[in-house]
Amino acid sequence: MEYMLLFTETPAELAKRNDPVEAPAYWGAWAAYCKALAESGIMVSGAGLQPPDTATTVRIRDGKRTLHDGPYAEAKEMLGGFFVINVPDLDTALEWAARSPSSSGGSTEVRPVLPPPPNP
Amino acid sequence: MAAVKQWPVQGIPDKPEGWLLAVARRRLTDEQRRYASRERLSDAMQHAFECAEEVAAGSDEFPDERLKLLFVCAHPAIDEALRTPLMLQVVLGLDAQAIAGAFLVAPAAMAQRLVRAKVKIKAAAIPFEVPERHNWEERLSFVLDAIYAAFTRGWQSSPEDQPGRDMTSEAIRLGEVAVTLVPDEPEALGLLSLMLHCHARRAARMDAAGRYVPLDAHEPAAWDQPMIERAEALLRKAAEAGRPGRFQIEAAIQSAHAQRRVTGRVEWAVVAALYEMLIAFTPAMGARIGHAIASAHAFGAERGLALLESLPEERLRDHQPYWAARGHLLAKIGLTSEAKVAYERAIGLCDDQAVRAYLWERWRRL
Repeated sequence: MEYMLLFTETPAELAKRNDPVEAPAYWGAWAAYCKALAESGIMVSGAGLQPPDTATTVRIRDGKRTLHDGPYAEAKEMLGGFFVINVPDLDTALEWAARSPSSSGGSTEVRPVLPPPPNP
Repeated sequence: MAAVKQWPVQGIPDKPEGWLLAVARRRLTDEQRRYASRERLSDAMQHAFECAEEVAAGSDEFPDERLKLLFVCAHPAIDEALRTPLMLQVVLGLDAQAIAGAFLVAPAAMAQRLVRAKVKIKAAAIPFEVPERHNWEERLSFVLDAIYAAFTRGWQSSPEDQPGRDMTSEAIRLGEVAVTLVPDEPEALGLLSLMLHCHARRAARMDAAGRYVPLDAHEPAAWDQPMIERAEALLRKAAEAGRPGRFQIEAAIQSAHAQRRVTGRVEWAVVAALYEMLIAFTPAMGARIGHAIASAHAFGAERGLALLESLPEERLRDHQPYWAARGHLLAKIGLTSEAKVAYERAIGLCDDQAVRAYLWERWRRL
C-alpha cells in the first residue's frame, strides 16, 4: 500500500532552516529521517519544499486567471515537504509519520495514495 | 468503568455491584451525549456497558469480577495486539480516542477493532470466568504482558505533551488491581515493582530545560523515594515465593539501578548477569540490547559491541534503541565516523523530540 506523508510545519519550525544556531539540528534531523526511510527500503518518492513565501497560486474563474503570491490558504501550519512510502498497512505508515521531525514541531498527515486508473 | 477510577479516592462503597452499575449507566449516558453523532463509538460504549452489566449481575464479589474481566480481555482467542487496548477500555473505561493515541492507530480503526473483539467475545462464547488452575500460569502471563504493554506505551510519550493520556498511571492502576486480586503471584508483584521503579524516576527524566536525561545521569535526589521503597518491598515479597520470572528479573534490574541512591554506584556486572537471566526468559531485543550495554559498562565497550553485533540483522533495521546503543559504544572506543552514522540512524528512527535532541547533542560532540 502506498501512503503519502504530508509534513506541515509551523512558521517557527520553518524559520529554523536559516537560523545559524538551529539550522544544523533542523536539517540533521530531516536528513537522518530520510536516511532511515531509505535504509528501510520503503521510500517511493518525495521531496522537501522551498518555504511557503516562494509559492505562487493560480486560479481560473470564469475564464479569468488570477495569480496570488503565497500558498493557497493562510494557515498556522504550512506544507514543508512530502514523501510517498510503500508499507503493508496504515499502522506502519503512522509509525513512520510519528518519527518525522514535523510530528514534534508541527504535524504529519497520512493519506492512502489512489491506485493508478486501469488501462483503457 | 469510572468505578475503578474513584475506588482509591473514595473508598469501597457498601454495595459495590449496584454502585458499579449506576456508575456505568451514568457514564454511558454521558458518552452517548458526547458521541451522539458518532455511531461507532457509541456502539463500542454499548458493548462496554453490556460487559459492565454482566459484571454487576454476577453473584460473586466485585473484585473477582474484575479479575474475570482481565482474563476475558487477555484470552488466547483475542488477537494479541488487541488485548491491551481492550483491557484499557473494558476494565479502566478509557475511550477509543485516547487508546488510539497511545497505540498509534487511527481512532476510527481502533474503535472498530475494539467492537470486533467484543463481538467475538460474545459470538465465540469466551467464558467469563477465571481459568482452571492448570491454565493459570500462561493466562496470567497474558494479563501481565498486556498491562506492561500499556505501561511501555505510556512511557514512550511524555505526559507533559499529552495531557489526559497518561497511560503509565493507567497501567500502574491495572497492576495494583492484579496484585490485589492475586496477591501471592510473584510475577504480578514483580510487574508492579518494575512499573513503580520506573515511575519513581519520572521527575528525573528531564532537566529544568526540558532536556532528556539518560538513567545513569539521573540525579537520585529527584527520584520518588517512598515509591522506590514500595517497589523494593513488592520485589522482596515476590522473591519469597522462589519462582523467578521475567517481570521479577526486570524489577531486579531496576532495583540495581535504584541502589545508586544509597551506594552512589551501579554494580554493572550484576546488571549484566540479570540481563543474561532475563534473556533466558524472554529473548526480546530490548533485553539483549540492555545486556550489551551493561556488559560494556562492566567489561569494556568491545564486549558490548560484540554482543550488539551478534543480534539478528533483519530485526535491527528500524530499531532505534539498537542504533543509539551502537553509536554510544562506537564513540567510546573512538570509532567516531562509524558512531556518527549509527547516531544518525537512531535520530532518523526516533519519535520523541527530547530523545532526538539528546542524540543530536551526542552526535555534535563527536
